[in-house]
Amino acid sequence: MIDWLLFLEVSLAGIGGGGLYALAGLAFVLIYKATRVVNLAIGEMLMIGAYFFFAAASELGWPVGLAIVAAVVASGFSGGLIERLLIRPMLGESPISVFMITVGLSSILVGLVELVWGADQLRLPEFMPTNPVLIGEAMVAPKIFYGFLVAAVLIASVLILFRYWRGGVALRATASDRAAAYAMGIDVPRVFSLTWVLAAAVAAVAGIVVGSISSLSPTMGIFGLSVLVVVIVGGLDSVLGALVGGLLVGLVEAWTGTYLGGEYKMLATFTLLVLVLMIRPYGLFGTHEIERL
Amino acid sequence: MRIGTAKETYFADEALFDTRTQRVWLLVLAALLAVFPFVASQYWLYLACLVAINVIAATGLNILTGYTGLVSLGQAAFMGVGAYTVAVLERRWGTPFLLNLLAGGAVAMVVGMVFGVPSLRVKGLYLAIATIAASFILHFIFANWTAVTGGTAGLTVPPANVFGLPLDSEFRSYWMIVPIAVLMVLGAANLFRTRIGRAFIAIRDRDISAEVLGIPLLRYKLLSFGIASFYAGVAGGLWAYFFRSVTPESFPLIMSIFFLACIIVGGMGTILGSILGAAFMTLVPEALKLVFGWLPNAEAMAVHLAPVRTMVFGALIVGFLIFEPHGLAEMWRRVRRFFHLWPFRT
Repeated sequence: MIDWLLFLEVSLAGIGGGGLYALAGLAFVLIYKATRVVNLAIGEMLMIGAYFFFAAASELGWPVGLAIVAAVVASGFSGGLIERLLIRPMLGESPISVFMITVGLSSILVGLVELVWGADQLRLPEFMPTNPVLIGEAMVAPKIFYGFLVAAVLIASVLILFRYWRGGVALRATASDRAAAYAMGIDVPRVFSLTWVLAAAVAAVAGIVVGSISSLSPTMGIFGLSVLVVVIVGGLDSVLGALVGGLLVGLVEAWTGTYLGGEYKMLATFTLLVLVLMIRPYGLFGTHEIERL
Repeated sequence: MRIGTAKETYFADEALFDTRTQRVWLLVLAALLAVFPFVASQYWLYLACLVAINVIAATGLNILTGYTGLVSLGQAAFMGVGAYTVAVLERRWGTPFLLNLLAGGAVAMVVGMVFGVPSLRVKGLYLAIATIAASFILHFIFANWTAVTGGTAGLTVPPANVFGLPLDSEFRSYWMIVPIAVLMVLGAANLFRTRIGRAFIAIRDRDISAEVLGIPLLRYKLLSFGIASFYAGVAGGLWAYFFRSVTPESFPLIMSIFFLACIIVGGMGTILGSILGAAFMTLVPEALKLVFGWLPNAEAMAVHLAPVRTMVFGALIVGFLIFEPHGLAEMWRRVRRFFHLWPFRT
């Protein structure tokens, strides 16, 4: 006999966690759509966002709201810096080389964080309400609930930004056809920078929430591996895919974590990844690119 | 100086080492390798063995990534398969070490081919991520198939035995590891003079064209995965004999990235590149340790060694990709070109 209440609670927690995956996946898809860079350093970008928040809120003692804004701005700035210093010189190189650049980048970021803040686990200041949330009869941990709320609001606002803001339209134009976008007078290199700034800012928010749900350490980049699974399952260039994939991976992790045990989590996500790659290599919602000679 | 190397037969033209200068230098190198263990300290012998093991694994990865164009982030996991196979064979049945190494290679080969199956449908980055999955799934198996792998505690491996002589010191291990490494590297160099090697290169350059030319992609991509994993398996087996213990944490994802870094830094698609890259990347952390020892307040700075290593590791990957995408092998060739006409051209 299955305990349905437990199942419901676990599923809600999974969806909550999945919201964060979707948010990080969105940051990934943004970069991939506009610049065709597969960013393996996405987990590390979350991490530096969280560390910036830690520096502002705990070390400098700024109020939480200000600290969040500062962390997001600082992350956006470093995203732009990464684009100019590391990604721009690789323009036109093979995608695999650019992918390796991001592999190197993740190492640099981990080393940098460890050098400045040390390798130990740190705790972010509490800033979310702590009383448990009831949905029907099921109880949800407050951090996960509010984390999901933040993710949902942010995803919605990014989507609206995409639809109506000039920069968002430029970004979509660049994504669908770089040359045509150029011809229409869009400054494509600037769109590239803008995308990295935006994605780094989104990743920073995700990082702050993830960091405050668990804790902060230089190994937080592991989260990025699950994000990779999310975007592959959803399709690299699909925003909808990132959302659905995020929820799916969140659910799978929560179910296996509860019913099979924590060590099965990674196994389950990566088995899901292999299955999707075998059946639909371009993901659930990704564009199926046809190769021509 | 390299002049007057006109060739008269096709045989001479196809030779692996085609000039007398090259052959002389190789003999010098071989002599140096043979003399090295008698003059070097234990620490340098340890490093030499480690470099040789990494050279084997990096050469395997170079066959797959540099020559066939299939990016893999699972090389360390396949190395783990080889290491566990050797450990289990040595502990349970005590079979001769050469047989164990071959078996380790063979098992890794089979596992590698299984995980190579997605390469038929996906390529490039999708494949890289699929091999990350392989790495995690194998890690899970190492940690949880307790009956065979000893779970998270891992296995201890008795030293290899040659006619009753245990290879338990660095000096003795050197004579097992380095000759095998030389053999495997020569094998890889020769591979690309054969039909199979040429097919790999054709697949790398454009796989659809290769298929049109009559190269069965399925068979050759799997074969490439198989050969790369065989190299990884043998390297893993040697690793098990050298460190004498195998745990699931011995072969993390970062190690696969390390091998990828080796071939990027060394030069993708050259055998020389895998050797130079593996040696360079293995020695850089040691060099850093040395430099940190010279710093004024060495004790206090020691905590910063690990993060600086991580950063240098990343910076090397990024720096080589941006400034020298063909790696150390290309630098080496540039130096050699200079000396081809050396005293005659100013």
